Amino acid sequence: MASITEASLREAITQRLGAIHVEVTDMSGGCGQAFTSLIVSPQFQDLKSLKRHRLVNTALKDEIAAIHAWTAKCQTPAEWDKERDTAAPSLDGTVGGHVEGTNQ
Amino acid sequence: MFSRSVASSLLRQAARPAARPAVRAPLSAFRMPVPLTPFQMRLLSDATRGAIDKAVASAPVVLFMKGTPETPQCGFSRAVIQILGIQGVSPEKFAAFNVLEDPELREGIKEYSDWPTIPQLYLNKEFVGGCDILVSMHQNGDLAKLFDENKVLVEAEEGDKKEQQ
Repeated sequence: MASITEASLREAITQRLGAIHVEVTDMSGGCGQAFTSLIVSPQFQDLKSLKRHRLVNTALKDEIAAIHAWTAKCQTPAEWDKERDTAAPSLDGTVGGHVEGTNQ
Repeated sequence: MFSRSVASSLLRQAARPAARPAVRAPLSAFRMPVPLTPFQMRLLSDATRGAIDKAVASAPVVLFMKGTPETPQCGFSRAVIQILGIQGVSPEKFAAFNVLEDPELREGIKEYSDWPTIPQLYLNKEFVGGCDILVSMHQNGDLAKLFDENKVLVEAEEGDKKEQQ
């Protein structure tokens, strides 16, 4: 598989999940192994958190298997509207936006 | 102050269940004499599935993580351990399995749960989620409710007594 970048993930998410807004941030410090994302898609409507993540995991199965760390925030357009000023990819579990232990 | 002391006492005690023989037993079942080839690693054998079944059932709250509760080896695993501490999960009802100790467990648990990342949390044998889901459930109150309903938290009274000592 071609190397995974913020741009390639953004395109895959937009196409495969019908996302209307996507933010992808590389938090690996440049080695391209850890990404955090904010995905806004009408497909998340009426799905609980676990099901939303499963939908994303299935759509990005090969990509997630190829990287070290993956984190996603999954919102419907209505949820995103409410907090669009503050909504951003999650940095929980990182140190200053970088993932520790990417060599594990 | 209160939640902090409960959290640190959980962190200290959380590793204990894994040190007990009863919980350690499934770990030895993961020990592989021969390294797996990439082809074999894609198939979850009955033996591995059985070992993971036992691990999942070894305590009401079971975490598959990188490292140990005392020394997490990844920020996401550390975040989940911190959340379990703040929530006040009872150390007696908690067991952690270090996937870095065992390649078969590390790959097997992903297929078992149909979930591509570590950490993974099980509550009463049911998959709850990974770090993202636990952080959001912690923030919106769903996790406190879920743990309370499943009676896996340290009793409030007990906590108060500890504070007074």
